[in-house]
Amino acid sequence: MLETYWQPVWLTLKLASLTTLVLLLVGTPIAWWLARSRHWLRQPIAAVVALPLVLPPTVLGFYLLLLLGPNGWVGQLTERLGLGLLPFTFEGLVVASVIYSLPFTVQPLQNAFESIREGFLETAATLRAGPWDRFFFVVIPLARNGFITASVLTFAHTIGEFGVILMIGGNIPGETKVLSVAIYDHVESLEYTQAHWLAAGMVAFSFIVLVTLYVLNGRARAGALR
Amino acid sequence: MNPTAIEARFICRFPGFELDVDLKLPGNGITALFGHSGCGKTTLLRCIAGLQQAHGQLSVLGTPWQKDNLFRPVHQRPLAYVFQETHLFPHLSVRRNLTFGQRRVPAQDRQIRFDDAVSWLGLAHLLERMPARLSGGERQRVAIARAILTSPRLLLMDEPLSALDQSSKQEILPYLERLRDHLAIPMIYVSHSTSEVARLANHIVMMDNGHVIAQGPLQETLARVDQPFRLEEDAGVLVQATLDALDEPWHLARFSFDGGSLWLRQDPRFRHGDQARIQVLARDVSIALTEHRDQSIQNLLPARVDHVETDVTPGTTLVRLLAGNTPFLSRLTSRSAAQLALTPGQPVWLQIKSVALVD
Repeated sequence: MLETYWQPVWLTLKLASLTTLVLLLVGTPIAWWLARSRHWLRQPIAAVVALPLVLPPTVLGFYLLLLLGPNGWVGQLTERLGLGLLPFTFEGLVVASVIYSLPFTVQPLQNAFESIREGFLETAATLRAGPWDRFFFVVIPLARNGFITASVLTFAHTIGEFGVILMIGGNIPGETKVLSVAIYDHVESLEYTQAHWLAAGMVAFSFIVLVTLYVLNGRARAGALR
Repeated sequence: MNPTAIEARFICRFPGFELDVDLKLPGNGITALFGHSGCGKTTLLRCIAGLQQAHGQLSVLGTPWQKDNLFRPVHQRPLAYVFQETHLFPHLSVRRNLTFGQRRVPAQDRQIRFDDAVSWLGLAHLLERMPARLSGGERQRVAIARAILTSPRLLLMDEPLSALDQSSKQEILPYLERLRDHLAIPMIYVSHSTSEVARLANHIVMMDNGHVIAQGPLQETLARVDQPFRLEEDAGVLVQATLDALDEPWHLARFSFDGGSLWLRQDPRFRHGDQARIQVLARDVSIALTEHRDQSIQNLLPARVDHVETDVTPGTTLVRLLAGNTPFLSRLTSRSAAQLALTPGQPVWLQIKSVALVD
C-alpha cells in the first residue's frame, strides 16, 4: 500500500529532475542564440520554442506519439539504433517533458542573457577572457537569477504535467504513472481520500516553490541595489 | 619626437558616417584622441582594440594585430581598455575584479605587481568591497587598476572621466599622471575636454568627422593656426616653463621659458626649479604695437607676428606669434587685425590677461 502510494511521487520527482537537467543543457545554448543572434530565423525559432505554451497538451502529445511511434521517423530511428520505441516508457516521458517544458527554461534564460550589457563581455575580452571563459565566468554568474528561475519553473511545470503524459505514457505503475495521473486514477475509482493526500501535497509543494522563487528574486534585486 | 610604435590604418563605413584614418603614434606617453562627440574617436579606439571590425592594418610595437587576413581577437591582444562606464563585474569583489585579468595572463608576462597597482590607485582599503558600494571615482580607479594588472603593452582609455562629477575628476587626474610617469607603455586617451588633454597628453591626434585633421606633439600641434581645428573658445597654447622667482609680498611666482616669463599667482604645489605646464588661451591674449605699462595687465611679452589666419568663427582672426621660440595664439576681431595691419615678422607686444597652471 505504502509503496504504491509513494511510487508515483518518486517517479514524478525523478522525471522532473532529469527533465530540468536535460533542459538546462539543451535550453542554455538555444536561449543564448536567441538572445544574441540577429539571424532571420531568430523569430520563427523563438515562436517554435514558445509553441508548447499555447498548444493544448493533447495536441503536443498526439504528434509526439506519432513521431516517436513505429511509423514516425524518430521511432524508426530509435528502433534502428536498437533503443526500441519510446512511447509508454519512462525515457519517452523524459523526451516529451523536455519538449513540453522547453519554453519554461528558454524564456527566463533568454531574458537574463538579454539583460547582460555587451560592455561586460567586451570588458572581459579586453581582460584576456576568450569566448568560453567569458560565458562561464561572466555570463553564467550574471544570469544566475535566470538560471534559478528557469530551473524552478521547469521542475515545477514538469511535476504538473498531465495531458502529454496521458497521451504518450499511459498509466504504467513504476514506469509512467506519475503523480497527476495517479490522482486522476484515484478520482476515477472514487478513492477521494488518497486523491486528497496527493492533491493537497501538490498544492503545498507548488506554493512553496513559488514563494521560494519570489524570495530568491526579491533578495537578488535587493542585492543589486546594495 | 618618439619613434613610431603604433601604426594604424582603418576604413570603416556606417550609414551616414565614415571613419578613414592613418595614424602613427609614439611608443610612450599619453596620446590624446581629441575631437567633438561623434567625430569617430571612440570608434577608432574600438578598432584598435579589436572590439570593432574595420578594414585596415594595425601594428603595435612591431607586432601586426591586423592586416589582410589576420585579425587577432580582442582577448589575444596584449592591451588594456578603460571604458567610460567602468563595467566592474557586479558579482565579484574589488579584489576579484582586480585579479580577473591578471589571472588570465601567463605568470612570466605579469610585470605589474598586484600591490603596486593597488597602491598607485589608492585601493588598499576597498579590496573587500562589492562594486555596488563604491563611489564613481572609486569605481573608475578600480577599473584602471584592473586594466593595468594585465601588464598591457598598450593602454586604451575611452573618456574615463566623462561620467564623473567635477570633484571625482580632480580625484582621478593625479592617479592618471602617476601612471603616465610610472608605466613605460603607450597610452591612448580619448577625450573631448581640452583641460584633460592639456594636463595629461604628450601627443595629440585631432579628429573631425571620421578623419584625422592634425597629429603631433601636443604643444607644437596646439599652436598651429593653419588647421581648421574648430577649437573655438578653447583655442590656445601650452607653455612648458620653470619656476625661477617668487614675489612673496604679492603672492606671485615667475615661470620662465624660452622667450620670456609669466607671473602667476603662487601655488603651494610648485617650488623653485619645478617645471609646469601653463595654458594660455587665444581669447586671453591681445596685441599692442607698443609697450603699454599704464594698465592693469601684468604679463606683457615682446613677440613677433608669425602667421595671420581667418578663424572659423566669422569676424575673428587667429594670430600666431613667437616670443623667442615659444608660440602663442591670439584671437582678435578681424577689424582689430585690419587696423593693426599685422604682417609676419612684425614686432608687437602681447598682453596676456589670464594664464592657468594645468599640472
